[in-house]
Formats: sequence, C-alpha cells, structure tokens
Amino acid sequence: MNAEPAMKIVGAGFAAGPPQGETAPAGGSAAHEVAGVGPLDKAFALGLLSDMLRIRRMEEKAAELYGQQKIRGFLHLYIGEEAVATGAVRALQPQDNVVATYREHGHALLRGVGMGAIMAEMYGRQEGCSRGRGGSMHLFDRACRFFGGQAIVGAGLPLATGLALADRMQGRHALTACFFGEGAIAEGAFHEAMNLAVLWHLPVLFCCENNLYAMGTALARSESQTDLCVKAASYGMVTRKVDGMDVVAVHDAVQYAAQQVRGQGPMFLELATYRFRAHSMFDPELYRDKSEVEAWKTRGPIHTFSARLKAQGSLTEEKFLALDASAQSEVDAAVSFAEAGSWEPVTDLLRDVTTPTAKASAMHTARGAAP
Amino acid sequence: MSYREALREALREALQADPRVFLMGEDVGRYGGTYAVSKGLLEEFGPERIRDTPLSELGFVGAGIGAALGGMRPIVEVMTVNFSLLALDPIVNTAAMLRHMSGGQFSVPLVIRMATGAGRQVAAQHSNSFEGWYAHVPGLRVLSPATVEDARAMLAPALADADPVLIFEHAQLYNMEQEVPDGAALAADISSARVRRAGSDVSLVTHGGSLPKTMQAAEALAGLGISAEVIDLRVLRPLDDDTVMASVRKCHRAVVVDEAWRSGSLAAEVMARIGEQAFFDLDAPLARVCSEEVPIPYARHLEEAALPQAQKIVATVQALMGRRP
Repeated sequence: MNAEPAMKIVGAGFAAGPPQGETAPAGGSAAHEVAGVGPLDKAFALGLLSDMLRIRRMEEKAAELYGQQKIRGFLHLYIGEEAVATGAVRALQPQDNVVATYREHGHALLRGVGMGAIMAEMYGRQEGCSRGRGGSMHLFDRACRFFGGQAIVGAGLPLATGLALADRMQGRHALTACFFGEGAIAEGAFHEAMNLAVLWHLPVLFCCENNLYAMGTALARSESQTDLCVKAASYGMVTRKVDGMDVVAVHDAVQYAAQQVRGQGPMFLELATYRFRAHSMFDPELYRDKSEVEAWKTRGPIHTFSARLKAQGSLTEEKFLALDASAQSEVDAAVSFAEAGSWEPVTDLLRDVTTPTAKASAMHTARGAAP
Repeated sequence: MSYREALREALREALQADPRVFLMGEDVGRYGGTYAVSKGLLEEFGPERIRDTPLSELGFVGAGIGAALGGMRPIVEVMTVNFSLLALDPIVNTAAMLRHMSGGQFSVPLVIRMATGAGRQVAAQHSNSFEGWYAHVPGLRVLSPATVEDARAMLAPALADADPVLIFEHAQLYNMEQEVPDGAALAADISSARVRRAGSDVSLVTHGGSLPKTMQAAEALAGLGISAEVIDLRVLRPLDDDTVMASVRKCHRAVVVDEAWRSGSLAAEVMARIGEQAFFDLDAPLARVCSEEVPIPYARHLEEAALPQAQKIVATVQALMGRRP
C-alpha cells in the first residue's frame, strides 16, 4: 500500500529540456526534487499560489456552510490536491475543452466559472452555474467549455474522447483535458477510452489525479497493477508520472503534454496527489491512518510552494497574507452572492429536460416576461 | 423498397445533407453493417464518416455524446439492443441528463440506432426488446419505425432534434417491402402515433415488429365480424396519448400488443394511461398480448409460443368481445 508519502515520481524539470521518463512504462528514476526548476517568473508564480489559495479558501468555506446545512447533498473537497488543477488548467488554451469529475470545484473556478456562480450552485440557487439543477457535483459552463461535473466514475473519459473526435473532424486546433481519479482506472470506460483515443489519434489529455484512494479503497487493494502508467501504456499511450503536489511540475508537465497532444495525439499523465479531507462529508475515514494524512500534509501544495517562493525571494509573508486576504474576500463575495440568490420557481420544474423548439422557446420567453 | 434500403437511403441523404453527420458503430464500414444497412456507404463517404469501432459500446456511445457536444451530428449504431446494456450508463446517466443537470447549457444532439426484437431463433441473449426501458427515461426520445416509410422518414427529424433520439429497428422488419412516397411527401413527424387501420370495435395498440402481426390479426378479426382499429405508436417517448385515447373512446375496448415482457412494461404504461384518461369510455377490461415471461428460447416452437402472434391477438380480442375463440 502506498501509505508513505515518499515519492517514486519524477517531479520537475519538464520546462527545461526534453522529457524524462516518457513512454511506457514511465517508471522513471526516484528523483525527488520538488523544486527542480530555476527561478520562476514572479508574477506567474504568485498567480499559481493565489489560485491554489482561492480554491482552498472556497472549499473550506463550503465545508463550513455544509455544517450549517446551507449546502446539502454530496460535497467532495479537493483540499490537498489544488496543485493539480492549478498547474493544469493554467496550461490550457481558451479553445480547449475540460471534462472533470464530481470533485471539480477547483477546475471550474480556474477555468473561469465565477466563484459566486459556483457557490450559488452549491446553495441550489438559480443563479448557480447550472441553475441549481446540478449542485456541487455538476458544475457546467458553456462559455468556459467546461463540460462538468461528471459524477459517474469513468464516464468522463469516453465523453472527452468524443469531444476530441469532434475537434479533429472539424479541424479545430483544440484539445480536451479530461480529469479523473485513479479509481476510474478500474472501470471499463477507462480502457475503452484509452483504446479509442490512441486508435484514432485524438487530442485528449488524460489527467489521472491519483490520490491513492477510490473512496475508501486503496489502490493496492483494488488494482493488480498499481503502476497506472503501465496500464495506459498498454494501449500505446504516451504516459508520464508527475508530482501532483508540486504546482510547477504539474504546470510544466501539462504544458509540454498539451503541445504533444495537439500535434500527435493522446497522452496520459499520472498526477500523484493526496486528499487531505474525507472523500465526502459522509465519510468517517476508517480506511487510513491519521499519521498517513499528517505525513502527506507536510507536502501540502500551498505551504511547500510558499516556502519555495520565499526562499527564492519572490514572496514575503506580507504578500502571502495579502493574497490570502484577497482569496478570502472573493469567498465572502461569493457567499453573499449565493445568499442573495433566488430559488427557481417550482412551476419551472420540468424545464431543461428537453430542448425547447423555437416555437416553445418563444412561448417560454413570453411567459417569463409576463408580470 | 425494403425497410433496409429505406434506412440506407435515409443515412445517405443525411450524410450528403450535413457534413457534421457521421455514422459510427461496430462493423458499419468494411462489413457493411451487421444487417447490411450501411452497405456501400464506406465507399461513398470514407472511413472518417463511416467509422468502424471496436466492440466498446460504453466507449463509443460515450464518444458519440462527446462528439455531439463538440458540434457534430453523430449517428451511433449499436448492433442490437442487447448490447446497448453495455452503454446504458452513457445513454441514461449522460445523454439523457446532461441538458438538465447543466441547467440547460448542453443539449446532446445524438441519434442512436439499434436492432431489437426476437423471432429469428437467436436465443435469449440476442432477442430482447428493451425499448420500454429507454422509454422510461426523461430526456430521451424513443422511436420505433414499423413501416418502410417510417424507416425512410424518421432519421432526418431525429437528427434535427437537439436532444438524444433512439431509433429501434426490429430485426424482423429489415426485409419487409413496401411502397414509399417520394422525399417531400414523407411523413417527417416524430411525435405522433398513427392509425394504420380504421375500425370501430376494438383498439389494438402496438409498435415496431408487432405491427405486421397486429395487422394480420385485424384482418382475421374482420373475417370474424370484429372491426379492429390498429394504432401504431411510432414514438414510445413521449407517448402520443391523444391518438390512443381518441381510438379508445371510439372503440370502447383496447388491447396492447408489445413484444417485451408484460411486467413493468411499456404495455403496462399504455394501459395505465388508458385507465387514467379513458376509464369511463371502456366497455371491457383492458388486455394485452406480450411475450411470455421467459428468456426467449432457441427452439422454434418454443420461441413462437413465447412471442405475441396473430392468433393470440385474435383470441384475446375474442375473449374481450365475450366470444368464444
């Protein structure tokens, strides 16, 4: 069981030169140099830090609001895993598609969905990004090309493959980034999507967020082969392991991979990360030791990155506090927005099951405009 | 024209009319289609648009949904309804629900075609009729073309629909030959049922592969002095209640004929709706002729006994009319 945080992961240095440990099986040497790149562009680095803080503070608030029963249903927090979405989404282009899972608040936020719209969605308000019909697990945004919010484990992979097929057939220079947990690898959908994507040379970037537990089932208790890259590589997929606790390593890996995917077809990244909080708010966490969680927390993506930036003189404590305060005020505004939101009238219950025809749509608008 | 040729003509027309349309499924290309529906289309449209897939129903149906979201107009062929169970998750949990759970942002303009039904001695795992399961799900439109004209006409409006449409082609119908009107005269509607034979004593409500058997039964009943009206549902979701109720109000008796099992079935749904909406117009209890509740057997005599047959329909109607069969 992968209990200890000792990494068997190649973490950094992608930006600098040709890829290490690429192609299958991408075992790589046990280099554990989290901060293996040179000094970062300061503004860029602070942007990464700020984004991680925005996700963290938003989700801490969501957990608090869940306790107050303002947010109900399932709530899956990304706390501990922020470096993955932060590094990855920054490396994508506006024309790219993003498909994510039910642990997608961070991906949605960084893709451009407003924090207010996310918070309102969790409240079930019609000002939410899915009009309150989806909730925490089903964040969507057409303008950001954010396709969910897919809450059936593995279901996003074939969907992403199809989006990439559409882009290829229409000659769009876009890729589809598909995020999923390592639990999805046990699903048939993973294998079918791997095969299709490679067979048809589709521009899909498969980002496996390996947080070691599928709900409460540890990887080694559910997979005969725990090297996930080996599985993907068996389909002829180009693969790479990345330290998912290092935001720069993730960014560089995704930036490099995105370039490969646009030109040559699909790629699989295993982003090694860890979920600090329970699977969902219902999870008593009987399946892992507190000591394991604590050990991983020492590698927390926000404080390790902050420490690194401070060490290289790019960050002061004052600046950190300012970024944190800014994230906090964004959260406060988002909560106010959600609190001030409205409930969709029950008379609209049956809308959006099917697409209104032009005629029905005109009628709906007319009704909506009536006093 | 045969039902098969009608389907092929409809595909050809759709592929010619819209560059976003493509056909994807197992053996649709080189093999020419399991039921030879797409024969010749690969040569005409090439492998990008007549796309052979691996045996990955979950994968390629899911990919069809993604392609639809990405701006294409995919027609996904699932070889038979039996194998569509491997794709139940993308069809139900994704295609049918995506528009709603995204608050109306993402419609899924996807057409899925599949063969359905029994009657060819292919035994239990290749003889199911699960149309009714799909008709259970909000967000899907479910079509059951029972005539060559519908085989020819239903694809275009299905592709024009912004939401997922499932088309069930009964495997017994592919060789059926009927006259078909020219293009403009084709019935393009995918929302209403049709009266296939007018009558006054009993409404026989059916669809798909059971229509020819029901028409045969109506003919036999006419010889017995019973005037049967035959309603072809055509669209299993959303059901056209009006056409059914108008017939029931006229005939005062109704028998539902459906090849699926009776328990928890589409037949049960149609009967329930008649009970809800036309109870006081009925002169006799509702009745149905469905498959016997057994996996479809291989042996010919047992398979025939398991399925609705014209004589069973006749006998059921006679009992309903208070006559001895």
